[in-house]
Amino acid sequence: MKPAPSIIFFTVASGAGYGLLFWLGVLKPLGLLPASSLFGATAAIIALALITAGLCSSLLHLGRPERAWRALSQWRTSWLSREGVAAILTFLPATVFLISLAHGETALMVPAGLLSAVGAAVTVYCTGMIYASLKPVKEWYHPMVAPGYLLFASFSGASLLAMLAIFWGGGFFPALVAAALGMAALMFKRAYWASVDATPAASTRETATGLGFIGKVRPLESPHTEANYLLREMVFRVGRVHAAKLRSIALLLGFALPALLFCVAIILGGGASWVFGLLAAASALAGLLVERWLIFAEATHTVALYYPTQR
Amino acid sequence: MTSLPSPAPGAKKLGLVIDLDTCVGCHACATNCKEWNTSGHMAPLPDQHPYSAAQEGVWFNRVHAYEAGDGDEGRTVHFPRSCLHCETPACVTVCPTGASYKRAEDGIVLVNTDMCIGCQLCAWACPYGARELDEDQGVMKKCTLCVDRIYNETIPEDRRVPACVSTCPANARHFGDLGDPNSDVSKLVAERGGYELMPEMGYQPVNRYLPPRNASSQVKTAPKEAGPLPSQITNPLLRWMDKVLSR
Ligand code: SF4
Ligand code: SF4
Repeated sequence: MKPAPSIIFFTVASGAGYGLLFWLGVLKPLGLLPASSLFGATAAIIALALITAGLCSSLLHLGRPERAWRALSQWRTSWLSREGVAAILTFLPATVFLISLAHGETALMVPAGLLSAVGAAVTVYCTGMIYASLKPVKEWYHPMVAPGYLLFASFSGASLLAMLAIFWGGGFFPALVAAALGMAALMFKRAYWASVDATPAASTRETATGLGFIGKVRPLESPHTEANYLLREMVFRVGRVHAAKLRSIALLLGFALPALLFCVAIILGGGASWVFGLLAAASALAGLLVERWLIFAEATHTVALYYPTQR
Repeated sequence: MTSLPSPAPGAKKLGLVIDLDTCVGCHACATNCKEWNTSGHMAPLPDQHPYSAAQEGVWFNRVHAYEAGDGDEGRTVHFPRSCLHCETPACVTVCPTGASYKRAEDGIVLVNTDMCIGCQLCAWACPYGARELDEDQGVMKKCTLCVDRIYNETIPEDRRVPACVSTCPANARHFGDLGDPNSDVSKLVAERGGYELMPEMGYQPVNRYLPPRNASSQVKTAPKEAGPLPSQITNPLLRWMDKVLSR
């Protein structure tokens, strides 16, 4: 599948934003974060800014962005529609949460924070299910895809929160969460790749054409000499040349290095630790961009079976 | 509405039956489809840079060619690919806007291009590559089963079939109600062992493909080399020998 920059940015940015909102909503009421209202408001603003930037970027992917409101109507069957509805509903408690954080209103903060956390989790789950319900793409139609979206969003959000909390001098707990999630994400992603690599695709050229009863099927001639929409959008294969290296980069940059840097920040404590927090969060986001690029570049669509193997 | 209709038992299931035994791969169906549909229900079917290098465009029907099997059993098969008007098409249920829909009355899967936002999720959801984006309008396009021909009372009744069917010079394309076991197309499918593509995807396509006939069932004696005609043999002795030996 073609890795569209607008979608990669959308899922990474809004994933991190929702993750940040989630952890802020859960940890703030528990009193595990710096008490300063400036800290709370800054974190909430960053979360909402990332979410909004991501959603705007996703509109760029549409052929008719001005009609985007129509996407809210089919939530009964469509995960994309559900994602839109959940995203918009989440803005309501999140806005109340932001205001209560800025004013230090504890009574409002707890329910608004928890509702925001629920909304964030639901929205990211819907995003994951958009992909996880697409049968023609074997790498996406997999039970680990939607949980993966949740795990990576919560990890990147926790990283941002830990970075901010370290700035404010209260980063011990969030940094611990981020480091643990980083290690969990690393193992999860490895398990996912192992599973996908070991699962043969359900469909083959033989089932796609129904000619398997004669023997092995080989494409002889394409219907067209030039490219077309299908080939550009769904038969993208450039990424797989470097897939192995990119996988290692995603694991190291995205998960291992941030986990390590957060541990260093915890051990060092005090003055210099903010540098490590900053580097850890930056590394996590950069690694997730690679991970998300691979999610598309490595995905194979059954329509490719009709065409000669592309390079 | 992107919820799928629950068709009444015995409801019409209009679709195509494509005979891979007789298809000669001439692309006439694809060409006539483009010709009709570029001014039809889902018009236009635009082309990008039509008069320069890398020209391409939206087509509802694309004719591939494959080699299947090896040796004596091996075949070259021409293979037209278009929307199969599936019974449980995820291309419809994933659509966030309701632009994609399946008609309850005849099962045709259509896009309302006035509502489509061009998110392209339906194209991802179709295993068969039957949906193509109109990059000029930013909306999705697909085969309409010529909904604007088959019910069109302004054209003679015998022409009320999809454009691809009407034009096929090899009579390799058939149109009809696959929901009715007694229709001509259903009988043809039963008789020839028509099959569906990628049944493992679970989309339950309506269209059927008729398999190429078994090569080994055909007469398989080595072709005889044609000898010269007696009148072509000038030497009288050889002509006499040819006559004797040919008895
Ligand atoms: S062939 Fe593709 S576009 Fe047509 S109904 Fe089936 S899933 Fe939808
Ligand atoms: S591209 Fe149009 S028809 Fe397809 S899913 Fe999106 S809104 Fe629906």
